[in-house]
Amino acid sequence: MSKARIAVSRREFIIRSTTAGAGFALGLTLPGLPRTALTAEGTGGTDWAADPEGPEINAWVVIQPDDTVVIRIARSEMGQGTLTGLAQLVAEELECDWSKVTTEYPTPGENLRRDRVWGSFSTGGSRGIRDSHAYVRKGGAVAREMLIQAAAEAWDVPKAECSAEASVVTHGPSGRTTTYGQVAKAAAKLWPPEHVELKDPEDWELIGKPVKRLDTLDKLNGKQIFGADLTLPGMLNAAVKACPVFTGKLDSFDDSKVRDKPGVRAVLAVGDNAVAVVADTWWQAKTALDALPVTWNKGPHADLSSAAIDEMLDEGLTSGEQVFVGNASGDAEQGLAGAAKTIEAVYAYPYQNHATMETMNATAVWTPERCEVWCPTQDGMAALEAAAEAAGLPIEQCDVHKIHLGGGFGRRGAFHDFVTQAVLIAKQLPDTPVKLLWTREEDMAHGHYHPITKCKLVGGLDESGDLTALKVRISGQSILASVRPEWMAEDGSDPVTFQGFHADGDHAISYGVANLLVEHAMRNPPVPPGFWRGVNINQNAIYLECFIDELAHAAGKDPLAFRRKLMAEHPKSLAVLETVAEKAGWGKPAANGAHRGLAVVKTFGSYVAACAEVSVSDGKVKVQRIVAATDPGYAVNPQQIEAQVEGSFVYGLSALFQGECTIENGAVVQSNFHDYPSMQIADMPDVEVIVMPSGGFWGGIGEPTIAVAAPAVLNAVFAATGQRLRRVPLKSVEL
Amino acid sequence: MATLKINGERVDVDVDASTPLLWVVREQLGLTGTKYSCGIGICGSCTVHVDGAAVRSCTLPVSELAEGQEILTIEGLSANNDHPVQQAWAELDVPQCGYCQPGMIMAAAALLTENAEPADTDIDAAVTNICRCGTFNRVRRGIHLAAEIKKNGGAS
Ligand code: FES
Ligand code: FES
Repeated sequence: MSKARIAVSRREFIIRSTTAGAGFALGLTLPGLPRTALTAEGTGGTDWAADPEGPEINAWVVIQPDDTVVIRIARSEMGQGTLTGLAQLVAEELECDWSKVTTEYPTPGENLRRDRVWGSFSTGGSRGIRDSHAYVRKGGAVAREMLIQAAAEAWDVPKAECSAEASVVTHGPSGRTTTYGQVAKAAAKLWPPEHVELKDPEDWELIGKPVKRLDTLDKLNGKQIFGADLTLPGMLNAAVKACPVFTGKLDSFDDSKVRDKPGVRAVLAVGDNAVAVVADTWWQAKTALDALPVTWNKGPHADLSSAAIDEMLDEGLTSGEQVFVGNASGDAEQGLAGAAKTIEAVYAYPYQNHATMETMNATAVWTPERCEVWCPTQDGMAALEAAAEAAGLPIEQCDVHKIHLGGGFGRRGAFHDFVTQAVLIAKQLPDTPVKLLWTREEDMAHGHYHPITKCKLVGGLDESGDLTALKVRISGQSILASVRPEWMAEDGSDPVTFQGFHADGDHAISYGVANLLVEHAMRNPPVPPGFWRGVNINQNAIYLECFIDELAHAAGKDPLAFRRKLMAEHPKSLAVLETVAEKAGWGKPAANGAHRGLAVVKTFGSYVAACAEVSVSDGKVKVQRIVAATDPGYAVNPQQIEAQVEGSFVYGLSALFQGECTIENGAVVQSNFHDYPSMQIADMPDVEVIVMPSGGFWGGIGEPTIAVAAPAVLNAVFAATGQRLRRVPLKSVEL
Repeated sequence: MATLKINGERVDVDVDASTPLLWVVREQLGLTGTKYSCGIGICGSCTVHVDGAAVRSCTLPVSELAEGQEILTIEGLSANNDHPVQQAWAELDVPQCGYCQPGMIMAAAALLTENAEPADTDIDAAVTNICRCGTFNRVRRGIHLAAEIKKNGGAS
């Protein structure tokens, strides 16, 4: 890729609002919120373009007189570093002084008023950077051109004689200089240029640099305000309990038992399935709710159990009903029939909760004219839609103020049940801000769970031990069927179920198999599924990568050599695999008698591989070390990639060893971290991260490597013990 | 009514005696750096120091605190965000979402008070906080770096 000449449409840079941030007279400046968010009374507002603190050059860039650069970020920061990465992309083209950069979130309401100038707010699918890099870089480039032009006009010299670097504009011939802060006001009045040129990646200075995160310091001293921490004047606090049985309803509650408890202000039905106590403090609300007698109408699923779901999935492993094909080539049946040797195995993956450290929460204030919400969300626009619907108000009369998330992992993107509840409560207490905070128990009981599936794989080897046929039958839950039916394929199939098995694209299979059939028997138990960091690649990578290992051993071949032979058409996948094998010392004995396992996938547009080293003693598995390689095409911030890869292993290994939600009597059994444990530092392996961007494409970072942790470890466990563990999690397994 | 000494200041709080310290600091005193996550003493998000030792405040009723006991929250750890642990954390960009980090930092600071040069096994035993973002490797490096900073007199 070289320099790109990009047309600039006038529309996207000139729609300026005069009613931004219309809100309540709360007189607050809150961290993580736009400076203008909370100023005017009732319906009034502030003009962002006329912001006294500095003019807006365009939607992405505000320059203050002291040269502070405010970069607007539409996506959400939940730990993955997207705030810093997106700011790097804008700043690269803006040619500003990085040390002067700060960020702010525009509100979704402002986005609507400005004809969606900031594009998507959705932060999931590892898409924060790869979907928006082009237009945010363009935003920076356009602002730069306008700032240079303003300087040229002030000096009355040709713009072509001027250039910008580190927030300073220089007139070449005369050597005169000025700063962005000094020309910003004039620049804001200019028309944007008709075209801008984006830099050749070769010339990037800030993109690709391991700069520090912009959000670290406030996270060290308690200053960072999360949604759970928000305090508004006159605010009340709510605790909520919804019917623990899926799809069950609220029948009745006896508030006489708690009405007189200290601090209690109201006991309210929330929608048709929940009850809330509102009190002066949350602790008062929570303890009163614990004491509140509630009866539920449990509905049709009161008997649902994990055993019944298990049977449903087992049936799907062989059934001909509701079966969809995700990938096929050659003739798998015939290939298997003609194989010299066939191998078969069944794997299983459970329901899992996202378990973000910050439980679900939202703060809402409702009047008959207006509704405002403050919440951690991975998708501000979706949060706004949920708020407007619950408020019963036109969307123009509502807004959402985003706050950094205490973890997202997919829980706070497609689902805003917590926003709906907060607004439904606030609506019953007009003019009063109410903060709703879920208990961990509520969070465990009302997740949108990693879907449950099983998988039966049959592979055929020829005389020389090469794979000639592979049949994969997945049985289990579709996320899209319940969450995004509009994304389903025309034949009723869920393409996301086949992540990692696709013939091509962002989640393509890494192997060429002459006779291949991948099917999904859709079985949807009434447990709400959701996108969970990595989504379906988590289990699909276990299924395929462990089974490939089984086939290699059945063929009497080295798992690396066996894979290599199938990867002739997948050089980028092979490159990451070879890299981890070499770096880990594949083929040579590991330290401390450890054993090794490999895994490789392409997912979210990136190529990733891992080599895990595992030792087993006293029946316990200890993961000693993981070497991981990622080829994301372009690497915006290598040190953040390293942090994401390390973190993805914590999420992936917690899931492998410990994560399981089971169902009894229609409800989730696990209720907190004592029965839904998560990894601690003592369990953490050494992680060596290799970032090997090959250029020319934009792959995701937050999710891909999570998928290789579990299969690499499972394959290493086999190498260590000769045991194939095919059921996640391992916690109940005896070795 | 209870009288507590928090971050060096004596405060009177008017709460039910069974209220956990966590909710007193968060809701009565507005010190929201100390986080709620599990409420049952497992995750460590609510870690504060009581007389220098790391304590999970979500399961500690205020009634169990004696008047003279020194309670330290993340807000009181340093005046300028420059406790050796904070310096090390900034240097290594430890936090991801940051929600668990006040608890993590308080656990690390207490460990270093007790053990100036903790070995990895000491860290494993003392820092049992949960971090769902997965910052553990940087936390470990951060503790070693903080120990060094401390040894060199606090400056990095
Ligand atoms: S909130 Fe106290 S240990 Fe989890
Ligand atoms: S940094 Fe997010 S939970 Fe630890």
